[in-house]
Amino acid sequence: MQLSEVSAGYGGRDVLSEVSLSLPGRTVVSLLGENGAGKTTLLKVLSGILRARAGSVTLGGRPLDAVPRREAARRIGYLPQGFEPLFPMRALDAVLLGRMPHRGGFTAPRPADLVAARRALEEVDAAAFAEADLREMSGGERQRVLVARVLAGEPEVMLLDEPTASLDPRHRLVVLEALRRRAAAGAAVLLSTHELEFAAAADRAILLAGGRILADGPARETLTAPLLSRLFGVAARVVPLPDGTPLVSLSRPVE
Amino acid sequence: MKASRFPAAATGLALLVLLAGSLLLSLLAGSVALAPRDVLSALTGSGDPSAVTIVRELRLPRSLLAALVGGVLALSGAALQALLRNPLADPYLLGVSGGAACGTLAGLLLGLPAAGLLGRAALPATAFLGALGAILLVGLGASVGGRLDRGRLLLSGVVVNALASAVLLFLLSWGDGARTQSFVFWMLGSLAGATDGAVAALAVYAVIGLAALLPLAPAFDALALGEETAFTLGVPVETVKRIAYLAASLLAAAAVSVSGIIGFVGLLVPNGARLLCRSNRSLLLLSFVLGAILLVLADTAARALFSPAEISIGALTALLGAPAFLLLMRRRA
Repeated sequence: MQLSEVSAGYGGRDVLSEVSLSLPGRTVVSLLGENGAGKTTLLKVLSGILRARAGSVTLGGRPLDAVPRREAARRIGYLPQGFEPLFPMRALDAVLLGRMPHRGGFTAPRPADLVAARRALEEVDAAAFAEADLREMSGGERQRVLVARVLAGEPEVMLLDEPTASLDPRHRLVVLEALRRRAAAGAAVLLSTHELEFAAAADRAILLAGGRILADGPARETLTAPLLSRLFGVAARVVPLPDGTPLVSLSRPVE
Repeated sequence: MKASRFPAAATGLALLVLLAGSLLLSLLAGSVALAPRDVLSALTGSGDPSAVTIVRELRLPRSLLAALVGGVLALSGAALQALLRNPLADPYLLGVSGGAACGTLAGLLLGLPAAGLLGRAALPATAFLGALGAILLVGLGASVGGRLDRGRLLLSGVVVNALASAVLLFLLSWGDGARTQSFVFWMLGSLAGATDGAVAALAVYAVIGLAALLPLAPAFDALALGEETAFTLGVPVETVKRIAYLAASLLAAAAVSVSGIIGFVGLLVPNGARLLCRSNRSLLLLSFVLGAILLVLADTAARALFSPAEISIGALTALLGAPAFLLLMRRRA
């Protein structure tokens, strides 16, 4: 997937300005930035929910607009932020909805759909709640089920808006592992996050500031003290671990 | 999506038996006491001729109309709840019924006949225009920056309802005394005007509504996860919403044009049905059948409780519905 010189926003105001990036397969990319930097907007443009005002969005070389919606739905998975269930819904049914682009709306789930849904739940350590009601789960449990919904669709591009925001450390890593496995199998994964150790564990980081890309590259080159300090307006220290993974420590806000 | 917590066939069969039972029960109620056996033989056209007339020409159309109005209102409510992702949505509370009543009354005052083929076809159409007007106003009032704000939705419905009441009173002041009285009686919700023609007309609208909404059920399932998620799952969100709003308004309008404003059926029935099923496909079907059963029983009670006097069916559903609404709201909070 590719963005080239994309500007986009809401009601005449641009949130993203001339953003260019490419999302190749087999990579987990983290998206970092302050609140309001444009992370969600970027994910919405990539998913096709929001039309770019200028620039081009392409999927496999074709403009996203020209890809039939059903095909785009099969190829791109999207997890929005903050979902409040208002109706009773069984976790397994929510995950099965992730299979909808594959089976169309009008047929019952096939055995293959059920297999994919159950496997996705297992991948995020949520198989135990398959029969539970989404409304009766904790925020973190529900979040894992919703990640499983995206995994079940087996898309080649996964766009996740703060997928680990409400997860405990172990389940954050469980989700990261699941996404890594999908990347290893060929998927392109882009996730927004505020957790720097999570970002450090990804293959690549994109730093977004004021709707523009401040830096884009391997985590060890982008998660540096000067860049993080500029990105978040904080005092930052970065120490490389023996394996090269950057270990980030932020202390206080700076002007 | 798995259809039901109970075997779908068994649930369906039980409900149809329940519907048939409540229809038979409703045929027993009335100012002339008839034994169950007399009712059954009158249905087949044999037995006492006056019993045949009472059952086939007076009671049966009314019972069938009650069933259709209940089913249609519940179906409309189920669709609105799915669209608005709000279990408190209902054609009555959102002002759609009020708008439809304005449309019907305006049609009658413009000289459209209440009966006959023209009236049966034209009155639901003017009611439909009124309902659409109301839903557009509610949407305008509740949208913030191009999105519907769920909190404002019911508030907006309250205001549109108040507006509809005002318009109705305004229109009523034009009618002469006798007509005004019959209008008011109809407006408060009444099945007294049931005829074979009204039953047939409403049955046609019920079929149209079901045919429009049932294919959208999987899209409603996806919409429960939010419009953006539904879009990324390949649901043509705007098209689905347009069709469903039109169908829900048409159903409510068709019901109002024959039976006035009967509130809360569209609110309560889908919420009850949701306890029995998981997918929106089952929910729509269940709501239709449960709505039919509920209104047949409510109408039977309205006729039998203080016989020979008759309670307004709209008053009865509101008496049941308002406390239930408060309970639902408390449970959400």
